[in-house]
Amino acid sequence: MQIKTLKDLKSGEGGRIAQIDGGHGMVNRLAALGIRPGRRITKLSSGFMHGPVTIEVDRTQVAIGFGMAGKIIVELDEVPAQ
Amino acid sequence: MRKIVLIGNPNVGKSVIFTRLTGINVIVGNYPGKTVEYKRGHMKLGGETVEVFDAPGTYTLDPVSDAEEVAVSMLSSADTVINVVDATNLERNLYLTLQLLERKIPMIVALNMWDDTKHRGISIDLNKLRELLKVPIIPTVAVTGEGIKELVENIPRAILADAAVHSRDERWATIGSIIEQVQQVTHRHHTWRERLSDASVKPLTGGIIALVVLALAFLVIRFIGESLIGYVFEPLFNNLWAPVLARLSEFLGGSGFLHDVIVGKLIGGEVNFVQSFGLLSSGLYVPFAMVLPYVLSFYLVLGLMEDAGYLPRLAVLMDTIMHRLGLHGYAIIPTLLGLGCNVPAILATRILESKRERFIAATLISVAVPCAALQAMVFGLVGERGGQYVAIVYGTLFVAWIILGTILRHAVKGFTPELLIEIPPYRLPLWRAVLQKLWMRVYGFLVEAVPIILGGVLIINILYFFGVFDAIANFTAPVVTGLLGLPKEAVTALVIGFLRKDVAVGMLAPLGLTAKQLVVGSVVLAMFFPCIASFVVLLRELGVVKMLKAVGIMISAALIVGGLLNLIL
Repeated sequence: MQIKTLKDLKSGEGGRIAQIDGGHGMVNRLAALGIRPGRRITKLSSGFMHGPVTIEVDRTQVAIGFGMAGKIIVELDEVPAQ
Repeated sequence: MRKIVLIGNPNVGKSVIFTRLTGINVIVGNYPGKTVEYKRGHMKLGGETVEVFDAPGTYTLDPVSDAEEVAVSMLSSADTVINVVDATNLERNLYLTLQLLERKIPMIVALNMWDDTKHRGISIDLNKLRELLKVPIIPTVAVTGEGIKELVENIPRAILADAAVHSRDERWATIGSIIEQVQQVTHRHHTWRERLSDASVKPLTGGIIALVVLALAFLVIRFIGESLIGYVFEPLFNNLWAPVLARLSEFLGGSGFLHDVIVGKLIGGEVNFVQSFGLLSSGLYVPFAMVLPYVLSFYLVLGLMEDAGYLPRLAVLMDTIMHRLGLHGYAIIPTLLGLGCNVPAILATRILESKRERFIAATLISVAVPCAALQAMVFGLVGERGGQYVAIVYGTLFVAWIILGTILRHAVKGFTPELLIEIPPYRLPLWRAVLQKLWMRVYGFLVEAVPIILGGVLIINILYFFGVFDAIANFTAPVVTGLLGLPKEAVTALVIGFLRKDVAVGMLAPLGLTAKQLVVGSVVLAMFFPCIASFVVLLRELGVVKMLKAVGIMISAALIVGGLLNLIL
């Protein structure tokens, strides 16, 4: 199983959030938007030059600053062998 | 009077429901000590008039931001709560619903955007959800008005739920089990709106879309603003008001202190609305015929962009660049607007979150973003000497914008918060809601700005009468001639720049300046002090201390840049 931070995910890749390495405030802000451990997310795009990362979670799109995206640890979906 | 509070996550259509319930007569309140605005209106409920409050959008009731604090304190005075829930996003919205149930206030749920659930392949078992939450739940489509009547009929049936207080994890667990029981999602294809939505945040396609949208917005703002000025306000003033003023001027004897304060100085024997500077001439003409048209057109376009859901996308795209200037992605909007008029631009810095960002944005706009009136004069006067000189003026201002932004980013204490925003789906704006918002904003401008502009005109007249401006001119002459290389007579133009920038640039015309002197004069005029209208708005928006800081920055920046230009060119 592959584990990456959200900022290292490629656009179109998805997985489950394993962990959020942030303070209480950040964890709460993210949770309010539906971003919390166990949730399935898909990365939509990343901005250029460390711009915000956009993801889809529960059919909602959210933009997350690059720094914050580096603290969200994602377990990548298993890709079926070709 | 009984109080009903509308509460829900941001972007769930709460304001549209509010508009449906209350109609056009709405008051915007500023919560004491907070920058958070809320709306208040009235509605009839079974023969009784009740007050309706539109609380700021909030995801939770844990007061971590100003908006959430306001929402929470509004709840404590509520008799009934209408929880507006986005049916297409039930899971996330239910967190707030559960917290509200724990508060034990009579509550009813408006399950909004009900029509969207079908397009999105979501099916919700309403009866099961009602059974689980134990409060009335009314499916609504606020944009079309569907379900609003049922919602109103059910307000008296709001139920005081009896839920125990839970921890955060317990709430999420409860939500998980509710969702499992009531919601089914089937896969469906992306709609064109969703494809457009994806494209508008990706760097490349998003950049192109942004350029088109911004260019269009700017053109529409200019077009509506200029049309209002040219076809409505100028004819009104010239054909109806000017004859009245001429009679009044005659009655007051054509000159003297009282005449000059009320009617203004006669220019070539006539009242000139821009240059006369009397209470009843420029004092009315500047706010109504020069600024109001742009305020109207700007807020119309801004309201449409807000309600269509474009602004969060623009903020995402511009975030990287604007962060380098110590600003948030949102700051690009007031900045672009400043190219029309600095007054609505500085007002628009309200869309920024922190006071630090608002200070940086307002200062940058005042210093380096020339308004349309000034630009027109620069094109006319400097352009005569050759396009390259106009390019130098714009290039200098742009470089000053970048450098000053970088300096402010490091110099102003605090940090630019990291972006974390929901990007709502594109929606068709509801005209009624857009117009209601437009009216509230325009009304706010008139009530706040007009009295202060009139007061400013009065004070400047008094200072002028006592020769204060002449004293300033003499006092600053060494700097102007020594540092900027401009003739002493140019000082008067710079002083008049306090009043009107376009007039001031015009005053450089008869001085027989070289092209270089014209460039220096134009750049310094653009940067060194805001016109009276912008000054008043700066004062209102920033407060005295920060306004003085901003003015200090403007004057130093103008002198440094002007001095450098004088040396280099």
